[in-house]
Amino acid sequence: MSAPQGLALETRSLCKNFGALTVADDINFRLEAGARHALIGPNGAGKTTFINMLTGVLRPSSGHIVLGGENITQVAQASRVKRGLGRTFQINALFRGLAVLDNVALAVAERRGVARRTWRSASSYADVRDESMELLGTLGLADDASQRIRDLPYGKQRLVEIAIALGLKPKVLLLDEPAAGVPSVESHRILQVLDTLPKHIAILIIEHDMDVVFRFAQRITVLVQGQVLVEGPPEEISKDRRVHQVYLGEQRHA
Amino acid sequence: MSAHAGGYSADPRIRPVEWLPWIVAIAAFFALPEYLSLGARILIFILYALSLDLIVGYAGIITLGHSAYFGLGAYVAGILAAKVGVTDPMVQLAAAAAAGAFLGLTTGAIILRTKALTLLMLTLAITSVLLEIANKATNLTGGADGLSGVVVAPILSLFKFDLFGKTAYVYCLIVLFLGWWFVRRLIYSPFGTSLTGVRENSLRMHAVGAPVYWRLVLVYTISATIAGVAGGLITQTNQFVGLNVLSFESAGELLVMLILGGVGRIYGAFVGPVVFLIAQDLLAKQFPEYWYFGIGVMLVLVVMFARGGILGILDRILARLRRTA
Repeated sequence: MSAPQGLALETRSLCKNFGALTVADDINFRLEAGARHALIGPNGAGKTTFINMLTGVLRPSSGHIVLGGENITQVAQASRVKRGLGRTFQINALFRGLAVLDNVALAVAERRGVARRTWRSASSYADVRDESMELLGTLGLADDASQRIRDLPYGKQRLVEIAIALGLKPKVLLLDEPAAGVPSVESHRILQVLDTLPKHIAILIIEHDMDVVFRFAQRITVLVQGQVLVEGPPEEISKDRRVHQVYLGEQRHA
Repeated sequence: MSAHAGGYSADPRIRPVEWLPWIVAIAAFFALPEYLSLGARILIFILYALSLDLIVGYAGIITLGHSAYFGLGAYVAGILAAKVGVTDPMVQLAAAAAAGAFLGLTTGAIILRTKALTLLMLTLAITSVLLEIANKATNLTGGADGLSGVVVAPILSLFKFDLFGKTAYVYCLIVLFLGWWFVRRLIYSPFGTSLTGVRENSLRMHAVGAPVYWRLVLVYTISATIAGVAGGLITQTNQFVGLNVLSFESAGELLVMLILGGVGRIYGAFVGPVVFLIAQDLLAKQFPEYWYFGIGVMLVLVVMFARGGILGILDRILARLRRTA
């Protein structure tokens, strides 16, 4: 099955039920190559469930997921990563006892296929280390390379969260609330990093912070109760009456 | 003597202080000739603890059933020697290693699909099953009476096992050295780093595309192989196999030794058995009924005040000295 030109990721009639509870209801979603796409919606809308189905943590009840033209619905999580699907986590999922460099190098080594080598020392793989250092440099973390994660300020930990995903050189990157928990004085740093991400990566961002969403995204999908309510460019979404009712309105009251 | 964590910026070269245990071991050979059989026992338990450190300390697999592989190695070597008539120590040891590897691979492939308490219970179950088999198969194992008549020919037809345990000590030291060298190499490799990744966050290792399950099965098999070798050694040096090699207590004691020395730092597996077995030897002579109380107090103190074990305490003292210097 060949994908339409420039389509990075697509879901077709994706559904997920937990018993009688429907958390994803016939989601048809398209992520263009190189897109900057945001997924928003009130709490419990099914955003995280959707991400977990895309990455292979959860199996959908029905429907298909297509990555780069290939149906990956039945493909295991690790194999989806190998096919170019990377993600970050809303709650830090870092290797807390390890150095920042090793956090990124673990991802780089998996991608390069050296992680299973048992004979030579890890530090003799200069290509892995150099690539990891270069990546940390682009995120402004070069000086922190030898720090352990648990000794790192939270804002920088959020950057490492992104760095690990970039170490996989993904074609599609799913960012699950990259600025979650970061005070607004520091979140501009995360936004800067998001702005400098390579243009060829298709990015889907889940975010509650509307400043981040409207600054970053060129397209927005609004998810409500497991269904796509509306999808369009930011100007349209910000004017949409339904979105105001179910989402922005609710936020104002919160 | 800081923790050996491996990693992509770690210097894998052997530091001068890492030769210290070997110097001590060689010095003990000449200085304490009357304690060589205790010495050989300590060396064997260091190898056994090293195999446990690989899975507990580095890969983060918690187990209370490691005696299954140690015990199987001990019985395979013993049965070969006493029942089959294979007396060559190298062949016995290779068979013990192969048996440990086989059991490690087959049981690991099943139990490593589970986590945490389920995994812990399954490791206990495997050991219990093996213990009961050894208890009932009296024709092969001697059951509760133990397996005697273990015959071990001279090593390479040259070095006879002597009454004072000189040969046994040197033999165990050489095998331990090879085991240490191999484990150390593994820990500093990319594979070793990926194991610490699994220990720190297996969710994220899945998310970077690592085949977490297969990595764990591999390290579990390697660990079981080394434990099997240690089991073979204990049979060869004791020339007897008792049911206790398979017991839950021996697996628990091993974990105590490792925690006492320090988990996930290679040399914790050296310090723990030395302290534990010497304390056991001394206390058992002084207070034959209460000696375990001393071990218990030591463990409580370590767990409450020194999470890194004895080596963790040493690290902190050295760090403080460096700061004041």
